[in-house]
Amino acid sequence: MEYWNPKVERLSAEELKQLQERKLRRLVENAYEYSSFYKKRFAAAGVSPHDIRSLEDIQQLPFTHKTDLRDTYPTGMFSVPQSQIVRFHVSSGTTGVPTVVGYSANDIDVWTTCLARSLTACGLGRGDVVQVAYAYGLFTGGLGLHYGVEEIGAAVLPVGAGTTTRQISLMKDLGTTAIACTPSYLLHIGEVAESMSIDIASQTQLRAGILGAEPWSLESRKRIEQNLGIKAYDIYGTSEMSGPLFTECSAQNGIHAWADHFLIEIVDDYGGPVEEGEKGELVVTTLSKEALPLIRYKMGDITSLVWEECECGRTHPRIMRIQGRVDDMIVVRGVNVFPSQIESVLMQIPEVGDHFQIVVDRAGPMDVMAVKIEVTESTLSDRIGALMQLEERVAKQLRDVLMVNAKVELVERGTLPRSSGKSQKVIDLRQI
Amino acid sequence: MRMVTNKMLKQITLFAENKPGRLASATKILSENGINIRAFTIADSGEFGIIRFVVDDADASLRHLRRADFTVSETKVIGLEMPDTPGALWEISRALSDNDINVDYAYAYASATPNKAILILQASDLKKAVGLLTELGFHLIESSP
Ligand SMILES: [Zn+2]
Repeated sequence: MEYWNPKVERLSAEELKQLQERKLRRLVENAYEYSSFYKKRFAAAGVSPHDIRSLEDIQQLPFTHKTDLRDTYPTGMFSVPQSQIVRFHVSSGTTGVPTVVGYSANDIDVWTTCLARSLTACGLGRGDVVQVAYAYGLFTGGLGLHYGVEEIGAAVLPVGAGTTTRQISLMKDLGTTAIACTPSYLLHIGEVAESMSIDIASQTQLRAGILGAEPWSLESRKRIEQNLGIKAYDIYGTSEMSGPLFTECSAQNGIHAWADHFLIEIVDDYGGPVEEGEKGELVVTTLSKEALPLIRYKMGDITSLVWEECECGRTHPRIMRIQGRVDDMIVVRGVNVFPSQIESVLMQIPEVGDHFQIVVDRAGPMDVMAVKIEVTESTLSDRIGALMQLEERVAKQLRDVLMVNAKVELVERGTLPRSSGKSQKVIDLRQI
Repeated sequence: MRMVTNKMLKQITLFAENKPGRLASATKILSENGINIRAFTIADSGEFGIIRFVVDDADASLRHLRRADFTVSETKVIGLEMPDTPGALWEISRALSDNDINVDYAYAYASATPNKAILILQASDLKKAVGLLTELGFHLIESSP
């Protein structure tokens, strides 16, 4: 089966936008009426439901943030009475205060439907055995995928967070055709299988990975696909949105965001809309959720959205590859710079080692950015001019991509931090 | 006379950020391992420098410096025993420039032979320079024990 719901998945963009507009108006009216949180927020922003007529009017509504969920812990943003809640999920926050998400029966249905469409787009259906290796429990990954797999009539193998050797022997014995887990865990499974002398590509039925819950690069996708002989599909969705929801289709060129249930905006630093296809922060409005509706919820992910019809025939817009987190972003002379951009420039220059560090400081009123890279033995020339030219060449390539000047500094081998955490990669010395 | 075109000397290049004590700690490692530094020269970009050494045992020096996490590499240079005659340096420079060979850098040290100096030369075309200087009858050295 090619589509789960061919009619809905192939509505014209025009029809989808009309549907979104209708559902947005109703969402805003309901939120105003049933949620004291949103009522207060709208009042503070000076907007009332009457102001929201067209899709563009959404720009008048205030944004919501993860901190709102924490500040209203546990259920201050819920819009239905407790009696209508059929499930809770809880995500542990890095700051200590968890985020509680509630679901009505209909919320679970919509979530499951979205996943059924997505899994079908990944080429899965009746006859497949899908091993869910996401944790079950308070985390949304396990149970969410579980319901989605059952919905499409495939067999679910709910291993959850089991031991890796067990994952591999069950995969082999039960003929698993697809696995849902994090990309790094699948790479780990591949390594452990190798140590068990099991070649996943030739000795198992595995042909697809539904991979997400952490950022991963196109390079790691390539590695997974080559090492394991499978197709690796990206999946997107956080607990606030319900859980994992959207995946790539067979084209593997963007994640289809089901527009009849979710309205995705991409906004710039000032919250204004960007041109279609331009990059910015992903903002989600849930058009169907009842228990915990989100209106203009800032996801913190940097990406772009494309409405152009996909080669798979689906018309729902595509969220393109996540390029980073807003939290990782540094602003230098008013220009947004992501460590990931710098990394990809450096990776294309063979003379440059694997490690780098960004130092931002202020010289008078001006920001100055330095990118430190390590000298490797093969780069080290006895002519100092060659090393200075290397610095200039890297600086030029960085400037071409970042649109801001970066001074490149060569440092001694082994002196830059090896961790990938932002706190180590970026040193901001500016006193603001 | 058969032309020898491969008489070159091993030079060690060491990368160092401009932080106090880097040269001292590199030379300490060499001296602790009984290595004799014949000559060295420093080129400085402002933020970093490269230090070039000619030593009596280049392979051992590389080994010890690498073990101490220094970034080092080995390059070939010309080691030329300067004849004790007036105008020798002028003759060398003219011969090289007449043949379109640029001198990238040069430094010198006193030879073990009394009254002689060793000139270290890096040239834009090292092989050509070695051939030319050999042909002109200069004495090139391959090691500096
Ligand atoms: Zn598609």
